Amino acid sequence: MPERELTFAQAVREALAEEMRRDSRVCIFGEDVAEAGTPFKVLSGLVEEFGAERVVDTPISEAGFTGVGVGAAMTGLRPVVDIMFGDFLTLTMDQMVNQAAKAHYMSGGHWRVPMVMRTTLGATRRSAAQHSQSLHAWFSHVPGLKVVLPSTPYDAKGLLKTAIRDENPVIFFEDKMMYKLKGPVPAEDYTIPLGVADVKRKGDDITLVATSSMVQVALGAASMLEKEGISAEVVDPRTTWPLDEKTIIESAKKTSRVIVLDEGYGRYGVTAELAAVIAEGAFYDLDAPVKRMGAMHVPIPFSPPLEDVTVPTEQTVTEAARQMCNK
Amino acid sequence: MTTATSKPEAGRGAAAENRWMRAYRQMVRIRLFEEQVNELYTRALMPGLAHLYSGQEAVAVGICEALHIGDYITSTHRGHGHCLAKGASPDRMFAELLGKEAGYCRGKGGSMHIADPATGNLGANAIVGGSVGIATGAAFASKRLGNGRVAVCFFGEGALGQGSLYEVMNLAQLWKLPVIYVCENNLYNEYTHFSETTAGTILGRAAAFGLESALVDGQDVRAVDEVAARLVQRARAGDGPAFLQADTYRYSGHHVGDINREYYRTKQEEQHWKTERDPIKQHANWLLTQGHADAAALDQITSEARAEMEAAVKFAIAAPYPSVDQVEQDVYA
Repeated sequence: MPERELTFAQAVREALAEEMRRDSRVCIFGEDVAEAGTPFKVLSGLVEEFGAERVVDTPISEAGFTGVGVGAAMTGLRPVVDIMFGDFLTLTMDQMVNQAAKAHYMSGGHWRVPMVMRTTLGATRRSAAQHSQSLHAWFSHVPGLKVVLPSTPYDAKGLLKTAIRDENPVIFFEDKMMYKLKGPVPAEDYTIPLGVADVKRKGDDITLVATSSMVQVALGAASMLEKEGISAEVVDPRTTWPLDEKTIIESAKKTSRVIVLDEGYGRYGVTAELAAVIAEGAFYDLDAPVKRMGAMHVPIPFSPPLEDVTVPTEQTVTEAARQMCNK
Repeated sequence: MTTATSKPEAGRGAAAENRWMRAYRQMVRIRLFEEQVNELYTRALMPGLAHLYSGQEAVAVGICEALHIGDYITSTHRGHGHCLAKGASPDRMFAELLGKEAGYCRGKGGSMHIADPATGNLGANAIVGGSVGIATGAAFASKRLGNGRVAVCFFGEGALGQGSLYEVMNLAQLWKLPVIYVCENNLYNEYTHFSETTAGTILGRAAAFGLESALVDGQDVRAVDEVAARLVQRARAGDGPAFLQADTYRYSGHHVGDINREYYRTKQEEQHWKTERDPIKQHANWLLTQGHADAAALDQITSEARAEMEAAVKFAIAAPYPSVDQVEQDVYA
């Protein structure tokens, strides 16, 4: 029997539906999550199955309904809060950083916040500066939060199910451009632990550590490099916290050259952290400085030719890898 | 909107007498707890900040007396009163204030973050208005789980400046959640009179969302209790959220170190509230004139509470600090 394929969006929906069937405490809050199924139609059909009491349309009040999610999580529910565009996370920051992230620690371990915040990242959708950012580094910076960045439909389903079962606040970032990406997804229940990287492609000459949207870019670049005789390994951390430092360092030691790719801003960002992990863990095995590639330091512009140059592409990654390998 | 004042006949009968004596005891305990905090702080035995609740006791006690142990509260940086009124023990509270392992949060929260699941205390919060979402979420969970619990969200009038309050009041009313927003108007947003920060009226804001709302004299514990009982009952019955404005006064500065206050309020004003509007004195007079207690009985309550607080402070001072290896514990559950 051929492997079943789902889109990334279908995989997210299936994870939610399975967890909602499994656990009546799981509920969804967000703007246009019910009948509309979100603008991306990721949640289509859920309100029909689970009802408006569990798939709850909210007013346009990100701080308010995120706070409600935190309180509901502390008192017996397992909310999945939907923040339509990652750019709107700015409106939830106090709830996530000062409340959700700290409630367990500040209470001496008494209260727990088992909540998931689903949101999006990624540019090149012609959505301009307030609908295109990748802000996952901010949350990765904060103790008490976990940050998940799935890059395939398979990972999306398995990681989201784990996130929902986790006892901590977890931010789950979905690349908007990936919703239609298809891939094999088992129909049965499975979970993927947080903090375990996945080597998406094996190679020997250079390591491309890539997150979320950049994993597909790295895989495309690896195919191009193969034709030039460069064998690239693609390592996907899958979660920025907890972070599987071991797998990343081992790959760096093996290939001795590393490019770190992440669609967030490089300055004080995920690529900086990953590069530091590699420098600390594999310095004496490296043949070249770690190279970082991320979004340019500009608000994402609207005009297509401008926007397209702000993020790494298969071509720019291939060129960087080629230079690093002296080919 | 309704304005609540206590009726002279309220509280007749033996059961009621115990209840009003208990309310008196609770207010005295809070006052004496805060006196010890002031002492600890000024003797440099307490690290950090101390925001005293003295003067506002009737609000916390009047409300919490209307709640069950399983009902939820969220509190503020000025939260010792709420915590005690909901049933916390002073010994573990003082231990927390001193950063000791025996504290409610194992020393990791301190004065501004005491939380206690056993008494439904979701936590004090050092972000002004920071817990409005949490309280509303607790009410959402109560409704969804059908457990009959009510959530009370305590905040000062300073939180009226935070937009998230209006977001959650809107949600609570739309979803008919069992939450009561209690605005303790002690007149000052830190060092600024609320009239300089608050346009329109306070209750007008609740009315805009169609919330059941009431104004109460926050120095009158029986009046607070009476209106709280009504609002709690209707919330528990599924009739939705409410907003209570309790007018009160903060005897001390914004925090213990706020000594020279004359640039924002006069000594005469402070004196007026302390002599004419004190919630404990007023309630004591009522208990005496109604014949519920004699002076000796009230004195006994005070000496018992004083002994309790002294013992609690001793316990906290003697209690050990957490070992340093606990610093990374409980970052994640």
